[in-house]
Amino acid sequence: MVLKPRLEDIKIIGYYLGKIILGLGLTMLIPIIIGLAFGEINPVLDFLIGIEITLIFGLILTKLCFTEKDLSWMQGMIVVSLSWLAATILGAIPLYLSGHWKSYLDACFDAMSGFATTGLTLAQNLDHISYAHNMWRHLIMFIGGQGIVIIALSFFVKGLSGAFRMYVGEARDERVLPNVINTSRFIWLVSMVYLILGTSALASVGILNGMKPVNAFFHGACVFMAAFDTGGFAPQSQNILYYHSLPYEVVTIAIMILGAINFKLHYHLWTGNRREILKNIETKTLFITIMLTFFITAIGLSRLGAYPKAIVLFRKGFYHLISGHTGTGYATIYAKQFINEWGNLALVGVICAMALGGATCSTTGGIKMLRIGIIFKALAQDIKRIILPERAIVVQKFHHIKEMFLEDKQARSALLITLAYLVLYGLGAIIGMLFGYPFLNSLFESTSAAANVGLSCGITSPNMPATLKLTYIFQMWAGRLEFMSVFTLIGFFVAAIKGKR
Amino acid sequence: MINRRLHRLKKLIAQIIILVTGYWLLVTSGYAQSISSTELINNAKEYDGKTVVYEGEVIGDIMVRGEFAWINVNDGQNAIGIWLDKNLPADILYTGSYKFKGDWVEVTGVFQRACLEHGGDLDIHAQTIRKIRQGRQILERLNTSKRNLGLVLLGVLCLVWILRRLKLK
Repeated sequence: MVLKPRLEDIKIIGYYLGKIILGLGLTMLIPIIIGLAFGEINPVLDFLIGIEITLIFGLILTKLCFTEKDLSWMQGMIVVSLSWLAATILGAIPLYLSGHWKSYLDACFDAMSGFATTGLTLAQNLDHISYAHNMWRHLIMFIGGQGIVIIALSFFVKGLSGAFRMYVGEARDERVLPNVINTSRFIWLVSMVYLILGTSALASVGILNGMKPVNAFFHGACVFMAAFDTGGFAPQSQNILYYHSLPYEVVTIAIMILGAINFKLHYHLWTGNRREILKNIETKTLFITIMLTFFITAIGLSRLGAYPKAIVLFRKGFYHLISGHTGTGYATIYAKQFINEWGNLALVGVICAMALGGATCSTTGGIKMLRIGIIFKALAQDIKRIILPERAIVVQKFHHIKEMFLEDKQARSALLITLAYLVLYGLGAIIGMLFGYPFLNSLFESTSAAANVGLSCGITSPNMPATLKLTYIFQMWAGRLEFMSVFTLIGFFVAAIKGKR
Repeated sequence: MINRRLHRLKKLIAQIIILVTGYWLLVTSGYAQSISSTELINNAKEYDGKTVVYEGEVIGDIMVRGEFAWINVNDGQNAIGIWLDKNLPADILYTGSYKFKGDWVEVTGVFQRACLEHGGDLDIHAQTIRKIRQGRQILERLNTSKRNLGLVLLGVLCLVWILRRLKLK
């Protein structure tokens, strides 16, 4: 029997949602400071309006729903899924007011794309956007990549068990440190240290490449935030092609890979346990899948003669493969070139890489390496069971931070999430085809949205049908949260309608 | 009679030569007209290695690299990288950004679908560049509707804050 949610459930959800909205509102102070520094009057007003609306909502929710109770699992999951929707709707306000987005739906599309670290964009005339708005586009990637809830966990939430439930709801089921709040703070510490190092590296390359120092630093910070959080937005419309620079590509590849690594692994690297990187199932799987998908892509490009020399093929093919595999979406070619010049086989290689994604507890999307590793370990275990005598006890182990025995429930969970992702990729592709786009184009764009990648073959544009925009928004949201929070929210609404008191 | 036929033949040959020359001029002058970025990107193989004329607004930074420089030119549809002698963009005063409308230039150069010299980038190696329209500074005027909305919302925010504090007490 399904029970109707109680008023108390709604109050607890509203209270924590309000706190997260307040946290989000305060982050809008950063683009305001940037706007003031560059003397941009109207963009500052856009963010003042945005911050005011956000704070009003946050204050009203925390007042009306005030409670001292901690969150249950169901409530934690719902808070997470609702906070991502609220962040999208409220975060889109300054974007829409800038006039660079055709409609509020387009602004919401970019806000979700930013928070979910996807990188697909419907922005118009991006080369004339203000510094404040450009900062916000990249900042929401940084916030979304770390996890919207992590901000609240780090600064606002005191209850430990409720905090952990929200942390899990945001698709991070691994704690780096025993305490989830300390874990959140560690994630911020890692990100801030890399932010300083990455921005300095990119700014130096930018200056050496002939950019003005102010622009080099601003672009460096923006590109770092989008690369480390495997987002894919860039300050200019040409994305990374704008820089025409091999060193810039090399630095962004290094940052993208750092972003695709599990934060737990970062912790071990920081504490001197460097051998972990060689033993970990995720890094091993990532290495193998990169090699395999690059092999497919390179054969595809080579057969079509897309690039005149092997070194050029490697530079273009490898960059986009890493960009797709880590879920970043940075590109040095135009969207249409994927379809016109890369051919079906190379596209299949990139689609596979996008679908697989990076490590768990990282900023990437997609199925993720731990699950792929576990599925292959389970397959190996089953094959051994068939080959070995019936009385033989088959034990499968894998190394992820520590040696672990593979259990059936781990394999089942990995397969279920993989299946859910495959359904999501397929669903978007079918809807794309319903609007008349060819199969491979639809699958490419759908996988890119659902795995939070951001590479586009040209379907994503302000002129695409509104239903397709909504489909991709849903895919980005569900893909980023890895389904559980979204399913819980759907279940909550069903219970509210059909449940019994 | 024979002379007349010869005269007609000469006339016919002359007409054919004029027609062929005219057709050739028409075809080649197609490339002398500016081509859009979308046309170049969508038909990159067709234009690869050909001299094209492309025009648009110079955006972002002028990035000097040794004896050469990169500029990015946006025609309103896409921006394309232009590789040129570092002295060529000397008369470019404005580049497009939030506060500036960049100079509108016409570039004549060789279009490269996957440039060998630049790691496979799609670009144009400029031979000449001509400024068609000078850019300008965009004067930002305070949007009064936004200012008024901001003030009203500030009032509402203060009210909510005060009510919240009062009820807490």
